[in-house]
Order: sequence, then C-alpha cells, then structure tokens
Amino acid sequence: MAKMTLEDLRKLRDERKKDLNRRDVEGKNVQIIVGMGTCGIAAGAKSTFDAILAAVDEFHLDKDVVIRQTGCMGLCYVEPTVEVAMPGMPATIYGKVDAAVAREIVQKHVVEKTLVENHIFDRPAADIIQK
Amino acid sequence: MHASVCDFVLDVVQNSVEAGARLVELDLFEEGGRISVRVADDGRGMTGEERARALDPFRSDGGKHPGRRVGLGLPFLEQAVRAADGEFDLESRKGRGTTLRFSFPADHLDTPPTGDVPGLFRSALAFEGGYEMRIRRRREARPGEPGTEYEVIRSELREAAGDLSGATALILAGRYLESLEGSGDGPRE
Repeated sequence: MAKMTLEDLRKLRDERKKDLNRRDVEGKNVQIIVGMGTCGIAAGAKSTFDAILAAVDEFHLDKDVVIRQTGCMGLCYVEPTVEVAMPGMPATIYGKVDAAVAREIVQKHVVEKTLVENHIFDRPAADIIQK
Repeated sequence: MHASVCDFVLDVVQNSVEAGARLVELDLFEEGGRISVRVADDGRGMTGEERARALDPFRSDGGKHPGRRVGLGLPFLEQAVRAADGEFDLESRKGRGTTLRFSFPADHLDTPPTGDVPGLFRSALAFEGGYEMRIRRRREARPGEPGTEYEVIRSELREAAGDLSGATALILAGRYLESLEGSGDGPRE
C-alpha cells in the first residue's frame, strides 16, 4: 500500500462529493456526540467512535452526519456515552455503548427512527450542567 | 485504566484542547526500544500547586465539572509509566502552556500495547475548536514490518479532507492516516 498524499485525499473527497450529490438521503442534520473524557476513553469510547463511523459509512449516511467528540458528560458510570440529536427524534443519551450497540444506534435510531432500549440515560448529570 | 498508549495520549490531547490551546504538538516515536511521547500546548497552563493537584487522583480543581473532585487522567498515566519503569515529566507555566513527556520501555511486561495510532491521530485532530495541531510520527522498522515517518498538520488535513466533524471527512482522514502508518486499505501501488 502506498502512502497517500494530501492531493490524493483532495481527489477522494471530490469523488465522494460527486457520488453523494447523486443520492437523496433522509435524516439530514444528524449529530452524534461521543464522550471522550478520561472515563469514556478508559471504557472504550475510541472503539465506540470507530464503530459509529464504520456504521455511518456502511449505511451511506456520511453526508448527513456530524460526529463530535466531547469531554465527560457526567455519566462516568455508564461510559462510553453517546448523544444523538436529529430531526424527528428526541435528543437522546445512550450509555454503555460498545461497538455492537454503536452500530445498533446508527441502524435503529438514525435510520429506522426507533430508540435503542436498555441503553437510554438522562441528560448530562445535573451537577455538571453549566448554569 | 486505559488499555493502550494511544488511549493515554488521546486523553492528554483532550486536556490540551480543553485548556484552550491554539497550538498542540504531538510527537509519537517508537525507536531505540522505547515508546516516547511528547504533547506540548500553549493552553492556560498550571501553577506549581495546580500541577501537583493534576497528579493527585483524589483532587481536581473542579474546573471541568464544578462539584466533582476526582481527576484521573494524568494520575492514571503516571501510575502506568512508573509501573513499567518508564519516564514521566510534566512541565507547565501558568498562562504559557504545558509540556508532557513520557516514555515506556517497549519490552517491559507492564508497558501497554501501543494501540491504534491512525485512530488516535484522527480523534486527536477532530476535537472541536480552531486549534492548530502538528503531529510527528516515527516508527523504526521491525522484523517483517517496515518503519514509517511522517508529519501531519491539522489545518492542511482540514483543507484537503474537509471539516473533521463531518463523517465524510473523518472517514477520508482515517484512510489517509492509515496509509501514512502503513495499515488499512489505502490506495494500492
């Protein structure tokens, strides 16, 4: 495998843009936020992040999804945590999100617009919300 | 506790970004029988007292989360380094920034695995904010595995791949970084 150059990367981006412009994908403006504080990283948030990205790619959602990393959301006891915000669904925080659950979230929540049971937790812990 | 050296590094970089750094420098070298890391930022820095608190697992300044007093990131790292007979050095000046250097002997039983280097770089480059980041990577050749050496500048990568919060840019940046590292399914020769 050859090393890519930044120019190769630009070309890939342009090709993908053309490809994506031909598709009409539902569920625009999807935001997925992964807690990447010490607690999240220790619990495997990096694998969760990778799995979300892989699933977004698999379901051809990449044009419409923003994936952010944030610090601790205060739910250290159920890390890794993932928040999903998108039109037509309640903003939801999922906890204990391993790679398998991450894929399930992309498939069920983002594509099928169904909540993923047994992993829903409350808003960020009350003691860390900025007043 | 973190599972790999890359996990420790990602945690430290996240600290730098949260400390308001405009420039973060990350060196990750595997050579001479050591895994060596340097993370330097020009963030808000720490006083001597704050530095001591940062290394105490049961004391935190509560800056991130008022009401919480436990901060485990740097204490975890220092503990892991000491357990593996590695080296750990944390320099910081209030208002000027922080430089963390640490290294593990590659062959020590308690040295964590290196981990997913391209994935670390992708995440380190993709935190929110307008910070610049310069990554320098070297890995010397090992039996059956060629070495690699490269540099990545965040602003250049963003210009080529797009805003790194977008999934498309993240996917493409991941492939680019894997190709630099010599892993993954990048373009064939």
